[in-house]
Amino acid sequence: MSRGQRIGYALAGPGIAIVIAFLISAVIIALAGINPFSTWGTVIDFTTSTSNMVEIVNRAIPLFLAGLAVAVGFRMNLFNIGVEGQYRLAACVAAAAGGAALLPGLLNTLLIIIVAMLVGAVWAGIAGVLRVTRNVNEVVATIMLNYIAFNLANWLLNNPFKYQVEGSSNVSTEPIPDSAWLEGFGIGGNDLWGFLWIAILLGIGYSVVVNRTRFGFDLRASGENAEAARASGVNAKRMILAAMLISGALAGTIGLPILLGTEPHAYDLSFSEGIGFNGIAVALLGRLAPVGMVFGALLFSFLDISKGAFQLEGLAPELVIVLQGTILYVAILADEFMREKQVKKAQEIAAARVESKPSDASEVKA
Amino acid sequence: MTATDTAIAGGVTTQRRGLPGWLLGLVLFLAFCAVRTLTDESDITSVGTFQAALTLAVPIAMAGLGALWSERSGVVNIGLEGMMALGTWFGAYFGWKLESPWFGLLFAALAGMAGGALLALAAVNFAVNHVVAGTAINIFAPGLASYLSGALFVGIPGAGPKQSPPIEPFTTVTLPGAGWLDDLNAKGWFVISDIAGIIGGLITNVSLISIFAVILFVVSWFVLWRMAIGLRIRASGENPWAAESLGVNVINIKWLAVLVSGFMAGVGGMALVNQTTKYVANQTAGRGFIGIAAMIFGNYMPGGTAAGSGLFGYSDALQLRANSAVVALLLFVAIVTLVFALNSFLKGKAISGIVLVVAAVLIFLVWLSFGEGDQLATQFVAMTPYLITLVVLAATASTLRAPAADGVEYRRGEH
Repeated sequence: MSRGQRIGYALAGPGIAIVIAFLISAVIIALAGINPFSTWGTVIDFTTSTSNMVEIVNRAIPLFLAGLAVAVGFRMNLFNIGVEGQYRLAACVAAAAGGAALLPGLLNTLLIIIVAMLVGAVWAGIAGVLRVTRNVNEVVATIMLNYIAFNLANWLLNNPFKYQVEGSSNVSTEPIPDSAWLEGFGIGGNDLWGFLWIAILLGIGYSVVVNRTRFGFDLRASGENAEAARASGVNAKRMILAAMLISGALAGTIGLPILLGTEPHAYDLSFSEGIGFNGIAVALLGRLAPVGMVFGALLFSFLDISKGAFQLEGLAPELVIVLQGTILYVAILADEFMREKQVKKAQEIAAARVESKPSDASEVKA
Repeated sequence: MTATDTAIAGGVTTQRRGLPGWLLGLVLFLAFCAVRTLTDESDITSVGTFQAALTLAVPIAMAGLGALWSERSGVVNIGLEGMMALGTWFGAYFGWKLESPWFGLLFAALAGMAGGALLALAAVNFAVNHVVAGTAINIFAPGLASYLSGALFVGIPGAGPKQSPPIEPFTTVTLPGAGWLDDLNAKGWFVISDIAGIIGGLITNVSLISIFAVILFVVSWFVLWRMAIGLRIRASGENPWAAESLGVNVINIKWLAVLVSGFMAGVGGMALVNQTTKYVANQTAGRGFIGIAAMIFGNYMPGGTAAGSGLFGYSDALQLRANSAVVALLLFVAIVTLVFALNSFLKGKAISGIVLVVAAVLIFLVWLSFGEGDQLATQFVAMTPYLITLVVLAATASTLRAPAADGVEYRRGEH
């Protein structure tokens, strides 16, 4: 099967999903008594302004990182549903560590990144250890760890990490000093976050590790056929632990583009929520491939930003979540459907090749 | 393997036996009553606590029962949380519109089944990975609920984008003898008052939806273990290819089980609405997931699921009613750990015994560090149910047995 054909099969799922989701949303908008076409017009006007386009890219960065974190586990059928809790706890602790300004300048930035990755890895690691030693299902364990993480982060914020400007009721961690921020670059007066470069590097790193290393091979093998992988000498327990730790470390970075890129450069109660759960959607839409996840992240970020446009049209902004959910649901169905088609097609091609071989041989003899 | 594990698995073990299950249970119950008496925290076994525990256990139990149906047929249902969320919104909306909680219950169950249909279509027909399909439902369902709230509840007195108008709750009934048990409970006698409190709590002001939930448990057990259709469902979860070869339409069977699963989740959603007498955004707060944990802890059996839900309902009730009682419970946890340590030594597992003794001492020291009337930070109290879920699973999961083909992406005719 040619490369073009394979890409076609890969794109068909998300493509169908987007079309169906937009049709459904048109029906919902019409039911609310509003013209869907004028709504989409407003959405396009709203999201194509320079400031909003920069914002779409910025907000796609954490989503992409979340997609990476989720994808590492999903590659081997290990479901880290706890990315949400991992990144929020990591962001809280890393923000406090950075705010303490223990190190000068970019060394502080480095410290923030390391702390965040460590916290994420430890939190995910708990689920990994429970799975390996006590056979606790990682889905349930990571979900429970989410709720524990939310409460723990909340407690840390209100106790050891508490920082309050006099006269203000807003509680946050101590803001990270500006020497540690990652300078973005301006486009029409809007800053593109500096963490973009690190995100791209992490994406390339993910691709290389998964596709070009022994570890990546073992990871994919464990996901596709755990029994066969075990038989060929892959240590299943070690793989589970390693995948969990890497997934958690990547999850730890999710909050950093925001912390290092935008005000208030601190963790507070209004810190972005839900990126971890949306990361699952981004990973699945991107079929666990980095380039696919870039587009998945941009799509979800675009939808998030277009909430403002829906509000302008008098629609409840939560319509966006319905849209995101619909896209994800239809995409996974369409994906499975296309995958089966692809397998059939590949089998046909292989069968045709096998049939043509003997006749080739006989021709040579003759 | 600990003695309770053996009791749960009902299995034969070649290792040295620890304490028999009934003795272990008795020792733990006496320790429980002793902690109540010594710390003078009457809420540990008060009528009020157990009444709240039953109410709070019902939504978890319904999610757990939903998980039981689905997983017994071989479909992992992570989407229960989302189906429950659909149940809360539709239950509250129709309970309010049609002015009867029974209509609310009907529509909550239907909404849960609609969520079940989404899962069945993806997981059963398309053979999508079950966790992936369930996750999609968990993203979609709360979004739909909050969109509908924004569209239909804004501008209505007492309601808004995050909550519905109040609905009338289900009628409650109190069985005869409750008053007498309440008096007995107030005496504070060791064991006697504790038992009176537990029984009294379970028969005082019981909501009709709780009774409905109990009936659903009995019916589920009967259908799954005493009827032909139940055998087919369980066969689909253990070995769908064998079931298929015997003429069972596995696809239809799985659909049925997942629809029932959604039904249960919807009922659980309505039970939540009944507690707050309205829909509140995100009020499921992981109860669908805790239900799954309760079912796993209950070893994929209805009785165990009910017991697990009771445990979580109780920890929830205690943290809501009395902060100081949660602190007192630390002492109980220390004793439990010590008893399990003793059990490990009896079975000749010295290392795990030592680890447990150290853990017990640490927990005991934490308990000592709390002075008279000291409060546990609210965030730590709020963590309790989730922490207990993790600890309980860590203690029991390795001895539990899931249906053999649970979570398998079954396709007809393959294998």
